[in-house]
Amino acid sequence: MSLLTFIICCPLAAAILLAFVPGNYRVVMRGVALLATLLSALLAIIMFMLFNSADIATSGYRFDQQIPWVSALGISYHVGVDGINVGLVLMGAIVAFAAACISWEIKEREKEFYILLLVMAGGILGAFASLDLFFFYFFHELALVPTFIMIGVWGRGEQKNYATFQVAIYLSIGALLALIGLIALYLQSGAATFDIPQLTEHIRRNPISASGQHFIFPLLLFGFGILVSLWPFHTWAPLGYGSAPTATAMLHAGVLKKFGLYGLIRIALPLLPDAAQSWMQILAWLCLGNLVYCGWVAMRQKDFNRLIGYSSVAHMGFIFLGIASLNLIGVTGAVLVMIAHGFLAALTFGLGGYIYQQTGTLQMDQLGGLLRRLPFIGAALMMAAFAGCGLPGFANFAGEVTVFFGAWKVFPLVTILACWGALIIGAVYALRAMRNILHGPLPEKWARVADAPHLWRKTPFIILLACLLLFGCFPGLLVEKIKPSAEQIIRMVHGGSGNSLPGSVIAQTAGGGVLQ
Amino acid sequence: MCHHVPQMLRSTDAEKQMNIGLLIHEWLVAALGLGLLLVDLWLPSSAKRNLGYAAAIGVGAILLYSFVAVRFPSSEVTQYAFGKMYALDGLALFFKRFFLLAALIVLLMSVEFADRIAAGIGEFYALILFALLGMMFAASANDFALLFVSLELITITFYVLTSFHRSHRASLEAGVKYLIIGALSTAFMVYGIALVYGFSHTLNFTELASLTTKLGSHKIFLFGLVFVLAGLGFKIAAFPFQIWAPDVYQGAPSPTTAFLAIGSKAAGFVLLLRVLFIAVPGITAQWVNLLIIMSGITILYGNLCAIPQRNVKRLLGYSSIAHAGYMLLGVAAMSTAGRSAVLYYLSGYLFTVLGAFTVICLVMRQVDGEDISALAGLNRRSPLLAATMTLSVVSLAGIPPLAGFFGKFLLLKAVIEQGATHPGYYCLAFTALAGVVISLYYYFGIVRAIYWSNDVTDLSPIPLSKPIRLSIYGCIAGMFFLGVFPGPVLNLAIEAVKVLR
Repeated sequence: MSLLTFIICCPLAAAILLAFVPGNYRVVMRGVALLATLLSALLAIIMFMLFNSADIATSGYRFDQQIPWVSALGISYHVGVDGINVGLVLMGAIVAFAAACISWEIKEREKEFYILLLVMAGGILGAFASLDLFFFYFFHELALVPTFIMIGVWGRGEQKNYATFQVAIYLSIGALLALIGLIALYLQSGAATFDIPQLTEHIRRNPISASGQHFIFPLLLFGFGILVSLWPFHTWAPLGYGSAPTATAMLHAGVLKKFGLYGLIRIALPLLPDAAQSWMQILAWLCLGNLVYCGWVAMRQKDFNRLIGYSSVAHMGFIFLGIASLNLIGVTGAVLVMIAHGFLAALTFGLGGYIYQQTGTLQMDQLGGLLRRLPFIGAALMMAAFAGCGLPGFANFAGEVTVFFGAWKVFPLVTILACWGALIIGAVYALRAMRNILHGPLPEKWARVADAPHLWRKTPFIILLACLLLFGCFPGLLVEKIKPSAEQIIRMVHGGSGNSLPGSVIAQTAGGGVLQ
Repeated sequence: MCHHVPQMLRSTDAEKQMNIGLLIHEWLVAALGLGLLLVDLWLPSSAKRNLGYAAAIGVGAILLYSFVAVRFPSSEVTQYAFGKMYALDGLALFFKRFFLLAALIVLLMSVEFADRIAAGIGEFYALILFALLGMMFAASANDFALLFVSLELITITFYVLTSFHRSHRASLEAGVKYLIIGALSTAFMVYGIALVYGFSHTLNFTELASLTTKLGSHKIFLFGLVFVLAGLGFKIAAFPFQIWAPDVYQGAPSPTTAFLAIGSKAAGFVLLLRVLFIAVPGITAQWVNLLIIMSGITILYGNLCAIPQRNVKRLLGYSSIAHAGYMLLGVAAMSTAGRSAVLYYLSGYLFTVLGAFTVICLVMRQVDGEDISALAGLNRRSPLLAATMTLSVVSLAGIPPLAGFFGKFLLLKAVIEQGATHPGYYCLAFTALAGVVISLYYYFGIVRAIYWSNDVTDLSPIPLSKPIRLSIYGCIAGMFFLGVFPGPVLNLAIEAVKVLR
């Protein structure tokens, strides 16, 4: 058993265990959920520390494990990490632990909530660790469905039902488009395997025809794009996050949403290089929609959760820009922003959830002066806002700057516009929200609002902030891992279709479909 | 008629052999049904309810026997009986086991339903067994005569089963509607068979296969085949022959609806596969457009019409139309992958639909309306039933890790695989996708009614007997097993469709 399998199975096994615990054993349920997520977070940290990027060049994926599942179709349970997903798995596991810590606010139907939370966490970790197209999708769906249910049952606000349906339908459409793309990719490759390393190797020798690539790539781009709230398919995100319970918003906005981006980097770019190069121009302009338009909309929001929702949509623009630049610096920066934004989104949604839990509202015109009552939460929120604006010292800065460096060479105009959008608009809405919530006179009705009482309540925020600062001050920890793997992907993209090796004829004849 | 005689004379002795021993499963089911009717005569009316358990045990024993005792060198060897009218091959055996399993669960469900049936519960059980017999013959039909007879055996028993609620107007109405539309479709089918026979002078699928290249250009022969297709379309409730399904599903007693939804539909599919891919494979290849359009419209019709439904059984009626459309994807794909996907999807559908109907049957024993609101608060009345219903609709919606997801995955894969040959397949894949998204809306409506409705009126716990509890656990296990470990059943399905071309 690989360490990675343990990391994935911890939350899933705990979910099964909880199904047999009677509904009134609240302490047991919280304990099991916390322990399981803590264990997988600790294991993920160990894995991150053991991970040695020098090995990637020689042996491919680390901590990998492969178990045949449906041999007739070439599906196997295959997990493993390289530089790109090792950080994502770490981030996912830590955010899952933070989300489990924060769930003390759930007071009804706790059993169901914790089961769904654990299934979601397991699905997320599985999706990022999978090296098999089928399981990649399978785990994502496993994580996605609890999201809908959690918004529907434990969500807040009047628009809860509307939000549930919109999120469910939008994300299902995105996921199914991507599924069709993935199946088409599997069939077009002729490799008769869902295994990503094998598929990559096969396609490197026999690239998919240009027409096939141009058919599949938009399916993946827009399928994954909807999942990541690519403009103009972003409307579900602010609405959904505004209505979701805190832990769900943390896990989804922080981690699950990155699935689509990860899919683009891991699958769409290296396997469909020709189409990727021709679509990236379009993607670069679409990402301006995220950065500038959604940032602009965020400035006008009255509800803090909506504002974070729009801001998280806006931040996706950086990642898209990094991917669109299709060079080593850009893609490395994109992965950095993915990890940084995961911690940041979880932190802001967690803090927003805390304030909502204390005040019962997140309408910014009703709040004010809360820093006096909430020194810890307020300070953390300030730091999160600074991180969101891209202040040096936080991980976001490192990632965003890298993305801009990468994109500058390819799309100078887009980069200039994006800088304006990101830095100025982002600073305006973030600082304005801080002023409205934390400063100014304290309304009488919030005089009884209480700060996080003891270390236990502060833990999730401290951990997330610590991660942001750690990777902000020492981005090299991530970059040295990401770079060799990103290099391989970039090499495949620019290797182009011309470089087919002499072995291709043999591979083509040997790669006949099992099913025919 | 006169051309027929010499052909019959030409057939060899081996082909003419009765081979009665081959039909052992059918004989056993028939004997069980007749025995049940006899015992029913002497049993006090208070004990009649338990006859269902006896029938279920009998069916279970036959199912076990089919695994233990079939002497089968390999699934690719086909054994014939009754002068090649009856074929026992991998496909037939797969479906026979399928039907036996379905009947087993339906019988257990019927026992729970017995209190609502005024009189004649013994006959109710026996009729289920006779319908099962028809389905088992259908699985082996290698001849239009056997096809027709087995379909009639199924349909006529279902006329009675549908209207078994003699005191309920809805049930009687459903029975009459089913009778009229069923008779119409039978008429179409007989007419089609007559036309086919008129041109080919044979009713046998194997012989037809060798003649189709010659006959393929005859308009009237094709006309006959289209009529046969219409008759089978009625059985599987595919567009445009679906009109009866919602009314009959709603009006019929719940166990009947369940058996109709799974058994009758699967029988339609096995016959469709046999006619299309054994009798006239050459002509089927030219019907790609027809099948693609039929499948696409069936999916959209079923899903769109299900949206406004408030009656759970009616909703499942429309959803069953949509699922017929999904399964037609695999037929339309014209490939081994597509056909094995149909078989796999049906296997998943068996556990899913029977799970859902078992819950409906148990919850709505006391309620007449069957409105979705009757499910309100089910999670507090019986967590097990609530979980079963939720898992069933989640599986129907095609969400992992349940059976429905892998089934849809296989079907979509088969369709996209053919995309290179015909662009219509891509359109079909997107139509199916649209259908899946639409279906999420109404399936989640059911889940919402169970877990978070505000107006809960009835909170009395629902008692569950041991056997029905067992069958519910079986359905849940089946849904998970097929979703998480698809390998074994998929291999069975791939083996089974090897006889089709």
